[in-house]
Amino acid sequence: MSKEWPLWEVFIRGQHGLNHRHVGSLHAPDAEMALKNARDVYTRRKEGVSIWVVPSAQISASDPGDKDSLFEPSVDKVYRHPSFFKIPDEVGKM
Amino acid sequence: MYAQMIKTDAAKVRDLSEMSAEERAFQERIDRGEKIEPTDWMPEGYRKTLIRQIGQHAHSEIVGQLPEGNWITRAPTLERKAILLAKVQDEAGHGLYLYCAAETLGVSRDELIELLHAGKMKYSSIFNYPTLTWADIGAVGWLVDGAAIMNQVPLQRTSYGPYSRAMIRICKEESFHQRQGFDIMMKMAGGSEAQKRMAQDALDRFWYPSLMMFGPSDKDSVHSAQSMAWKIKINTNDELRQKFVDQTVPQAEYLGLTVPDPDLKWNEDKGGYDFSEPDWNEFFEVLKGNGPCNEERLGARVKAWEDGAWVREGLMAHADKRSVAKVAAE
Amino acid sequence: MQNDPIARDYLFEWLLRRGDSALIMGHRMSEWCGHAPVLEEDIALANIALDLIGQARLWLSYAGAVEGRGRGEDDLAFLRDAWDFRNLLLAEQPNGDFGKTLMRHFLYDAHQVLLLEKLLSSRDERICEISEKTLKEVRYHAERSADLVVRLGDGTQESHQRMQAALESLWPYTSEFFETDETDRAMAEAGLAVLPETLKEDWSEMVGSVLDAATLIVPKTGFARTGGTTGRHSEHLGHLLADMQFLQRAYPGAAW
Repeated sequence: MSKEWPLWEVFIRGQHGLNHRHVGSLHAPDAEMALKNARDVYTRRKEGVSIWVVPSAQISASDPGDKDSLFEPSVDKVYRHPSFFKIPDEVGKM
Repeated sequence: MYAQMIKTDAAKVRDLSEMSAEERAFQERIDRGEKIEPTDWMPEGYRKTLIRQIGQHAHSEIVGQLPEGNWITRAPTLERKAILLAKVQDEAGHGLYLYCAAETLGVSRDELIELLHAGKMKYSSIFNYPTLTWADIGAVGWLVDGAAIMNQVPLQRTSYGPYSRAMIRICKEESFHQRQGFDIMMKMAGGSEAQKRMAQDALDRFWYPSLMMFGPSDKDSVHSAQSMAWKIKINTNDELRQKFVDQTVPQAEYLGLTVPDPDLKWNEDKGGYDFSEPDWNEFFEVLKGNGPCNEERLGARVKAWEDGAWVREGLMAHADKRSVAKVAAE
Repeated sequence: MQNDPIARDYLFEWLLRRGDSALIMGHRMSEWCGHAPVLEEDIALANIALDLIGQARLWLSYAGAVEGRGRGEDDLAFLRDAWDFRNLLLAEQPNGDFGKTLMRHFLYDAHQVLLLEKLLSSRDERICEISEKTLKEVRYHAERSADLVVRLGDGTQESHQRMQAALESLWPYTSEFFETDETDRAMAEAGLAVLPETLKEDWSEMVGSVLDAATLIVPKTGFARTGGTTGRHSEHLGHLLADMQFLQRAYPGAAW
């Protein structure tokens, strides 16, 4: 078996002003071809205005075992959400 | 189904009390409807079964390009040609999404393809049947995609995240596939005498192979029970087959075509049709490689892969040269 | 031009050349579906085939309208015999290996970009519209095929040899891009199109620089294979049409 093309993660901006969103992956020999392939594979139905590709091997992921220590602490910080603060009606929209 | 008779390595489905702490936590997550992601702990059996299932599903998509591809160059109008080409292209895309989902489980796409070519992995039995007339393109879209959708829609809720996301994308794209098939059938069934004959003949040949797609009854299968516990299989084969028949018979009636089953009749008590089983000996022969087109289908895939080796290697070699040149320049 | 019967004939003839080349190129490309070297390429080739078939439909529909005898895109595609087809000989050549298909497209795409850019200023509104729409597609095709030619020309020894062989077998067909006859002259004089020969220099430069980067050698031969645009085809077209037109011929008058 010859050397396999590396795997790339594809991110597409669906509309102007939105974040790029992960849509899937594909194989390509390099970044330039990964972009072209992404255009052909993931925008067949006008899904995007901009594409990013990242080598899958370059993605660092958080450890699922750390889920509690990473994400639990934010659970009780309710004051980060605007609904935590009661503003009198007569002040108007804020 | 595009994945048929998937083995799980399970001798029996164990209940929570028989499991290790890790396994129990895993099963409880699935029972709560949580998604399992690639970096999460998972039992080896779950991982292996998924590789088999997603791999077979992916193989079915790309082998499935061939029977319909057989008519791309002969489509009767330019519009039909474009629609069919777009549809078969979608199948390639679906194969691609599914291979990527399988790759998150620690197997490479090239490895899976080599296993297919070596006959060590299967694809759906249905694609070993020939497409003999243009009406077959209608029948494949209507019946084969129709049967596939029955399975794929619930699989959007499967427990494995990457598989579920691939299925969501696939279902979204497939929504036009069955319709285009039915649209062809409507034209044929409402057309000239010859076209009507073609339409009936296509239904006659594809009816039972379509029923076989769901696989033999698995109500007593340990593998199915295990897969259902893991939520990588959502319905039994019989449930899906019944649903398919109930949905399809009225459509055939609308077309003025006759389902080739003299024993087909509505059963008021169960609120569904009674129908004849397909010939399961034929099914097993097809799986063994003795279907009408097994040799051609696998042969075409192997040829494409071997003929394309120099292209894959050439493009990789050039990319390597560029990256070396880039490093040298920095 | 459409009211003058002679001029109308020229326009019709010229539109067939555009439509038929796109159709036959698209048909050949569609033969790859399910058989490409890698999945990503299978999908990309189908996109190109879809674009080309779409272009053929635009040009042929317009040709049928100009002709004024009630023929639509499908009548023109499926009910003419080989001698009435006006596509380039290059288009009908069999796919061969992936390298030959790629090279055929690269040579064609480069020419299409140059031609369509010029057609944007045609005095015929419909020609402008079609050119504007298709130019976007063709620019992508040209960029993609040029990139792949460079990569495979300068890839492995085998890919280099195959690309060089493809170039040598197809090169003689490229003269036909620039052949100029009375149809072309009438179109140019009416301000509807350009003389094909005027594109040659830019094309040679464009193609030359890509082939150079691909480490491929432009064949020295001055030999030219032409005739497609006037209906003198190779044996290949008849077989292609037998395949493509089968249903329309076997079941005349049926609706599909």
